[in-house]
Amino acid sequence: MTTTTPAAPPQVIPLTPAEGKPRRKLTPYWLLLPGIAWLVVFFAVPMLYQASTSLQTGSLEEGFKVTWHFSTYWDALVEYKWHFVRSFSYAAVATVLCLAVGYPLAYTIAFKASKRWRNVILILVIAPFFTSFLIRTLAWKTILSDGGPVVGALNALHVLDLTNLVGLTSGDRVLATPLAVVCGLTYNFLPFMILPLYTSLERIDPRLHEAAGDLYARPFTTFRKVTFPISLPGVVAGTLLTFIPASGDYINAQLLGSPSEQMVGNGIQKQFLNVLDYPTAAALSFILMALILGMVTVYMRKAGTEELV
Amino acid sequence: MTDQQRDAAAGGDVRLTGIGKTYGSFTAVHPLDLTVPQGSFFALLGASGCGKTTTLRMIAGLEEPTSGTVLIGGQDVTALPPYKRPVNTVFQSYALFPHLDIFENVAFGLRRRGKKDVKKQVEDMLELVELGQYARRKPHQLSGGQQQRVAVARALINHPQVLLLDEPLGALDLKLRRQMQLELKRIQTEVGITFVHVTHDQEEAMTMADTIAVMNGGRVEQLGAPADLYENPATTFVANFLGQSNLLPAEVTGTAGEDLLLSAAGTRLTVPKARCATDAKRVHLGVRPEKITITHVTEEVAEGRNALVGTVLDSSFIGVSTQYVVRTDGGQEVTVFEQNMERDARIVPGAGVRLHWNPAHSFALDASQAIDAGTGEEAA
Repeated sequence: MTTTTPAAPPQVIPLTPAEGKPRRKLTPYWLLLPGIAWLVVFFAVPMLYQASTSLQTGSLEEGFKVTWHFSTYWDALVEYKWHFVRSFSYAAVATVLCLAVGYPLAYTIAFKASKRWRNVILILVIAPFFTSFLIRTLAWKTILSDGGPVVGALNALHVLDLTNLVGLTSGDRVLATPLAVVCGLTYNFLPFMILPLYTSLERIDPRLHEAAGDLYARPFTTFRKVTFPISLPGVVAGTLLTFIPASGDYINAQLLGSPSEQMVGNGIQKQFLNVLDYPTAAALSFILMALILGMVTVYMRKAGTEELV
Repeated sequence: MTDQQRDAAAGGDVRLTGIGKTYGSFTAVHPLDLTVPQGSFFALLGASGCGKTTTLRMIAGLEEPTSGTVLIGGQDVTALPPYKRPVNTVFQSYALFPHLDIFENVAFGLRRRGKKDVKKQVEDMLELVELGQYARRKPHQLSGGQQQRVAVARALINHPQVLLLDEPLGALDLKLRRQMQLELKRIQTEVGITFVHVTHDQEEAMTMADTIAVMNGGRVEQLGAPADLYENPATTFVANFLGQSNLLPAEVTGTAGEDLLLSAAGTRLTVPKARCATDAKRVHLGVRPEKITITHVTEEVAEGRNALVGTVLDSSFIGVSTQYVVRTDGGQEVTVFEQNMERDARIVPGAGVRLHWNPAHSFALDASQAIDAGTGEEAA
């Protein structure tokens, strides 16, 4: 507290927020409008519609009515439990394979390739997108066909004996086995793994590698203690972008598998388009969504995303 | 025997013999010999691209020399990877591990070598650099100066025989840089480890180092103590890069006892033979701006001093001194720093003046060198 009061500073009349530029305050909302409109029309409304469908009973001839028939969910889950198991296990194996193939590739592009080769390899990574998903999967049907060179080679190398043992194949064929479906999923979703991995690896300052080496870390220790932990956000993003669409996929199972490799996606497709049992199809969709959401939540908690830089 | 004692016993001399580096047809470092004695603070000074950082990286093992050998404490480490060398580096922009907190950053080297008592050592080290309370922060939560101290702590905790510093203060603002220069000097005196410091800032090098090697174009131009380099530059590059110099083209006309007689644009000047680095007939006579006394043209100059007559072109007040630019009657521009004590009010732009200095403060260099070497913007 001072005893002498200094001359009062000139009064500045503060502008009330409303006196600023009201239009500017609304700008973010205007910018969000197209996205929100799209989401409402093509996501929120269909979701609600499907939610109501899943609680209806009836038939195509007599019409469907909302009867709050929750047991449709239980019945669908019981009927398709093996589809769910296959969906998640195929997707999980494919995700692990994508990581195993994608990480070394992304690492090489980020740290070892020259500037020119970096772009070439990145273009090669996304090149499959230039043809349709369906065509690419059909091509795999040819590649893995019985008596084809791939199956012959795998047979000669006794790889099939190994995959027979773990139940990925049976006999001396690959097509119409879980292995074929997993291969298809791995191939089709690989770019979704590589691109986020590359992005997170590419941001790492190469001097951090030098610093680790300078502080007595051997190259592998440098990877384990520095490179990999810093690239974790990319690993999390890549595995999510691979696992989520792979577990809902039905094309690979349909084209490369047999009825005994069918996944939940195939069940939903059959109920919607062949059986015309809309409530069951809708219920299956919601169960799939809920299970994925649950798994992703647990995974994100484990991976500690709040720590990610 | 503690680590420190063992390191001291082994000796931390860094000996480079014939070490050179070429990239394709570009020679970054011409084969050079250099010995950094144990316990000294050694600076490699030069403009960017002069090969100083490459030399440092060859000592660290981050760059493979094209020729020559690196010896540290008598041990040939030329073929050893960085993680097997008894050196640690403070990197430019620090290269702290972003995913680890300060404690783990500092503990990194100890943990890699499976040392015991990590907690105590890290805490002591953080105390030394006055960062004790920041142990659990992440690097990005620290200021530039604090990150710099973490980088020093992370390297020093390993008791290296040699600490390498690659432009460690480059990212800091001027005031903080001054403070950290003194801080680093204090730490070096305290721990007694050999420091090899790379910098482009001549003031920084002179403040901190016992010995400076001035590098230019992949070669060492001159090596010596800061005062020695400043007072007796051997090349025009050193004369211009280290502080400021006035260089006047002159011809040797004869000798008088211990002095050489020179003629610069018609004016007779002298320089002690001992301060002439060449026996060429044509030389650049050098004198530092602060050695020159400026007086009004009407004043007499004492016998035996070198003197020039000229006109003041410009004067600027810089606090402790005033800087004058004078055009001599011979047509040269000479810069003079004059202490702000008893300023002659007559010395203003346009006024005639006499410049004079003690011949012992001048030096002569071979005129075959470019007179403006080392003055360019690359020094910034």
